[in-house]
Amino acid sequence: MKDGVNGVALGVCVFFFLLVTVMGFLAARWRRAENEHSLDEWGLGGRSFGTWITWFLLGGDLYTAYTFVAVPAAIYAGGAAGFFAVPYTILVYPLIFTFLPRLWSVSHRHGYVTTSDFVRGRYGSKALSLAVALTGILATMPYIALQLVGIQAVLDVMGVGGGASTHWFVKDLPLLIAFGVLAAYTYSSGLRAPALIAFVKDALIYLVIAVAIIYIPIKLGGFDDIFAKATQALGQTNPATGKPRGAVVPPEAGQWTYATLALGSALALFMYPHSITATLSSRSREVIRRNTTILPLYSLMLGLLALLGFMAIADGIKVTNGQLAIPQLFENVFPDWFAGVAFAAIGIGALVPAAIMSIAAANLFTRNIYKDFIKPDATAKQETAVSKIVSLLVKVGALVFVLTMDKTVAINFQLLGGIWILQTFPTMVAGLFTRWFHRWALLAGWAVGMVYGTMAAYGVASPTQKHFGGSAKEIPGIGEIGYIGLTAFVLNVLVAVVLTLVLRAVKAPDGVDETKPEDYTADAGDPGVQVELPPATAGASH
Amino acid sequence: MSNAPEVTPEARGTVVTPVRVVIALCLAAPFVALLWVGSYAKATPVFIGIPFFYWYQMLWVIVSTGLTMIAYHLWRRDQQARATRSGNGGASK
Repeated sequence: MKDGVNGVALGVCVFFFLLVTVMGFLAARWRRAENEHSLDEWGLGGRSFGTWITWFLLGGDLYTAYTFVAVPAAIYAGGAAGFFAVPYTILVYPLIFTFLPRLWSVSHRHGYVTTSDFVRGRYGSKALSLAVALTGILATMPYIALQLVGIQAVLDVMGVGGGASTHWFVKDLPLLIAFGVLAAYTYSSGLRAPALIAFVKDALIYLVIAVAIIYIPIKLGGFDDIFAKATQALGQTNPATGKPRGAVVPPEAGQWTYATLALGSALALFMYPHSITATLSSRSREVIRRNTTILPLYSLMLGLLALLGFMAIADGIKVTNGQLAIPQLFENVFPDWFAGVAFAAIGIGALVPAAIMSIAAANLFTRNIYKDFIKPDATAKQETAVSKIVSLLVKVGALVFVLTMDKTVAINFQLLGGIWILQTFPTMVAGLFTRWFHRWALLAGWAVGMVYGTMAAYGVASPTQKHFGGSAKEIPGIGEIGYIGLTAFVLNVLVAVVLTLVLRAVKAPDGVDETKPEDYTADAGDPGVQVELPPATAGASH
Repeated sequence: MSNAPEVTPEARGTVVTPVRVVIALCLAAPFVALLWVGSYAKATPVFIGIPFFYWYQMLWVIVSTGLTMIAYHLWRRDQQARATRSGNGGASK
């Protein structure tokens, strides 16, 4: 371990940061359309992105600093259990293949910008739409915070984070600068900025992974040695729990947890507002289906990345904060300049999703809270102005979140958000196929899932924390340890089904459905599918 | 507004054809394979030093991609065939 600032690495990092900053501001001119003051332009890049831009954008969006820091960190901390991220990202694609094209079609027919727009239109329920919007915002905030944790880990290892004795303002200054700049170009360029920067991010990431996966095993004596050392290290007893630290192959008891985490996370991923924002910015239905066949390339990268966790163990890295394991590994094994490239990859890997997430959260606020409840007659220009400001506020909120809360549990922040966002799945995905569910039943199911999920997560203790110590707990009635989010989701669906039967029996008023069956299969070029819809009128006039 | 027009396309959409069964199987296979953790939670056989548990799941990234691609092409052919059968209007009107 080196002390002090790593000048070369820092220099390389600053270079890439300046490069993407310039790109971020120039992005406003890229593929610019006439009506730039509409939410479709600022918030969805004019809904014009083709297969490759969508691929880069979604890849940059879904595989974040979480990928780079938290997944290998989980492997470093506990072995096999952290690898669930791989089956999780495999299962996402066959899943979205079935429903995402329908969401694209109906959104283009009706000018929906957010999932809540769709929910309001489909069920004629502002309450349900509000529930979905609030859940989206709530789940996105910790996710943005997670990106900041990624940047912080890199800064710490480079030696710019400062020691514990440094004044908090000086310590966090680099992070504040990075986020200030990010906020500025997101404000001016909207979704075009992360779309353009995603190219740089992915190029750097693939480069770093390719080099790391060949170079590091050679340096450490091959995968045989790496796994032998890891097996030994993970087998040692953890003084805090009295049990082994982890295992290279999950024991029987951990298999339910592994499978439920993979499935629950896969179901949740495309409920996140930022995933939907990137999806709706694509040009056609085909772009989405085609992307489900090329996006798994990123999963392969994720698997290789996860193996870096074992390399960190084999390299004998000892860090108290698991998030630092991978940046530290890079600093130990790579020459300074390439460590700088790797750090830049992580840093930019945090900026792209943070930008998209803040745009997505801002769109939710503007469309489903501001326009629905505060100012129904807002013009397109006003909507865009509100969205821009909210995107700033969301980032500030995430910053406060990360500077005031414990950072060692970044992955659990995200998992708690995942528990919440998963509760919007029945409303949204069922709604894409059927109107059988009653809107009030879905709302009740959502509430039950949210309450159960939060309370169950609150009750999980870990050696270091009394509450929110993990995301897995005994499944009532089965007795195995499973992902809380998935248990909450099952409860949610049960409540929705039972109450729908009851509400249908008592003939409770069903909301007005503004969509038609053929809306769900429409493609670009079909009558009624405009390439760009003015959002000010689209939601209300149908 | 909500119930009446739903009948025709719903009925048209629920026709089960062999091609659609294959599409469904392609999309369902990764779920069965990967959620059955017991089937691959073991260390051997080792591939270039990597325990079975890891390389097997990474292999499934490629297998699953292949299956999704097959589903995508079958689905497109199915859509085209359907569009020709029902005149040139297809699903949109």
